[in-house]
Amino acid sequence: MTSRLERAMTYAILVVFCVIALVPVLGVLSTAFSNPKSLRTGFALPDGLHWNNFADAWTRGHFGTYLQSSVIVTVTVVVAAALLSTLAAYAFGTMRFPGSSVLFYLFLIGLTLPEEALVIPLYYDLRGFGLTDTYWALILPQTAQSIAFGTFWMRAFFRSGAHGSLVEAARIDGANSWTTLWRVLVPTGWPAITTMLVITFMWTWNEFLLALVMVTSDSLRTVPLGLVFFQGQHTSEFALLAAAAVLVALPVVIVYIALQRRFIEGMLSGAIKE
Amino acid sequence: MTAVRGRYARRAPGEPRAIGYLYVAPALVLFGLLILVPFVQGIWYSLYDWDGLSVATWTGLGNYVALFTDPSLRGPFLHALVLLIFYALLPILVGLLLAAAMSRVRIHGMTFFRTVLFLPQVLAMVVVALSWRWIYAPDGLLNSVLQAVGLGSLAKPWLGDFNLALPAVGLVGTWVEFGLCMVLFLAGCQKIPRELYEAARLDGAGPLREFLAVTLPALRPEIAVAATLTIVAGLRNFDLVYITTGGGPGNATAVPAYEVYHRAFETGQVGSAAAVGVSLAVLIFVLTVAVSRAIEGRRS
Repeated sequence: MTSRLERAMTYAILVVFCVIALVPVLGVLSTAFSNPKSLRTGFALPDGLHWNNFADAWTRGHFGTYLQSSVIVTVTVVVAAALLSTLAAYAFGTMRFPGSSVLFYLFLIGLTLPEEALVIPLYYDLRGFGLTDTYWALILPQTAQSIAFGTFWMRAFFRSGAHGSLVEAARIDGANSWTTLWRVLVPTGWPAITTMLVITFMWTWNEFLLALVMVTSDSLRTVPLGLVFFQGQHTSEFALLAAAAVLVALPVVIVYIALQRRFIEGMLSGAIKE
Repeated sequence: MTAVRGRYARRAPGEPRAIGYLYVAPALVLFGLLILVPFVQGIWYSLYDWDGLSVATWTGLGNYVALFTDPSLRGPFLHALVLLIFYALLPILVGLLLAAAMSRVRIHGMTFFRTVLFLPQVLAMVVVALSWRWIYAPDGLLNSVLQAVGLGSLAKPWLGDFNLALPAVGLVGTWVEFGLCMVLFLAGCQKIPRELYEAARLDGAGPLREFLAVTLPALRPEIAVAATLTIVAGLRNFDLVYITTGGGPGNATAVPAYEVYHRAFETGQVGSAAAVGVSLAVLIFVLTVAVSRAIEGRRS
């Protein structure tokens, strides 16, 4: 019944939509390699590969500094959030204590609160502590936001599968809860942990609003903020801007291509199903 | 009593251990100080008239009343609802249409298609915004294509047009979200048993009946997930507006997320900005609950 024509149509439709998804991306990519003197925004094959656009963005556009800020902030947030949410989720998933469900619902609320509702008090609070215009103003709020997702995500992992009997067995062997977590559960949980890590990594790396509000020093700017400031100053230097945009997007895209299943799984879980 | 204990045990599995508090504490402290406290403070701020510098004056619900009476605040919320057509409705409809076409065929190379279609979701919004600014520019790709196919008279500075800027921004949202919907629906379709289609065909169902009777009901959970994710993305739309239009021309593309930043950090209307932020949070909460109730509720 499913004729050859129908199959061909199906693939044709898929290809068309893949092209739609790729055109803006390829436009930026081709502009990034185009002649820096060109006044066009690419979308045509460049007349050769002008790699020096990237070197220019790195030095003249300060993207070396911006990337350094992004790496410092992202690594700290990802590691801290993973650690704290694994600990919390371990308790929520395997232990029973008064108030545990209320506390867990508090974390769930955190998942639905948009950053826009928090950013104003956060700014005045952190300024009060003298933390604005430091890395802390980027690290602390983003760690807290990622903890909400991480706890939700890892709790589901701890509650799934045969962990009950594993915990039981470890306990009979005389392991305390700390050893059980690190020796028994975490080693079996790497798929779930990896998903949490890549999602947190992407959110933190791409974050813009918080960086815009919290940081004014050029040396503390993360790459998304750097790109927007750079754009404001060099509106018509398309090749340089596009090269900078590639530097912003590339780390996430590389990890995405390597681990796309984890990205998709994690991002779709954002729609809480309880 | 036993009933209560039974319910409690079902909700919180595991063994009773007070040490649980120690494991939760660090996360809870950080989360409380940087999410819960600011949210409550935000509600508090929203009850005042404050420019961020001088003494604040109490206005009660004045900032919330203004959301309905002040056109410069009502506008952004209306724009956000218009954007939901582009961010949520359109991608879901496109996704369903394609799912309908594809539900009848087993697709090879799903990994490749999925990777490409989902790509816009992982790109930094600042990069997406930059790219689309160039596409919409007066000498950008869109106008070049229009000229190439002989429709040059339609070419215009899209983001500078009072009537077209909002749909133009919205279409970027469609571009970001349609792949997510397609990936969800494709995965959902591959899970539908072939026998259901065969049965429908034996009953003489055409493609439309087949879609309505088999595909659409089976995709209900995926539609709920897609609607939730796209609605949240559509309402939390700061980066794109800030970079492509800055709310302009005039106020044509101002949205609540943009007003929060603009009022709090550019024009010194902190109380009003906080009220917009709180309302946005409430709107997101209400809409997502309503959507999952409407789409999934009937099953449970």
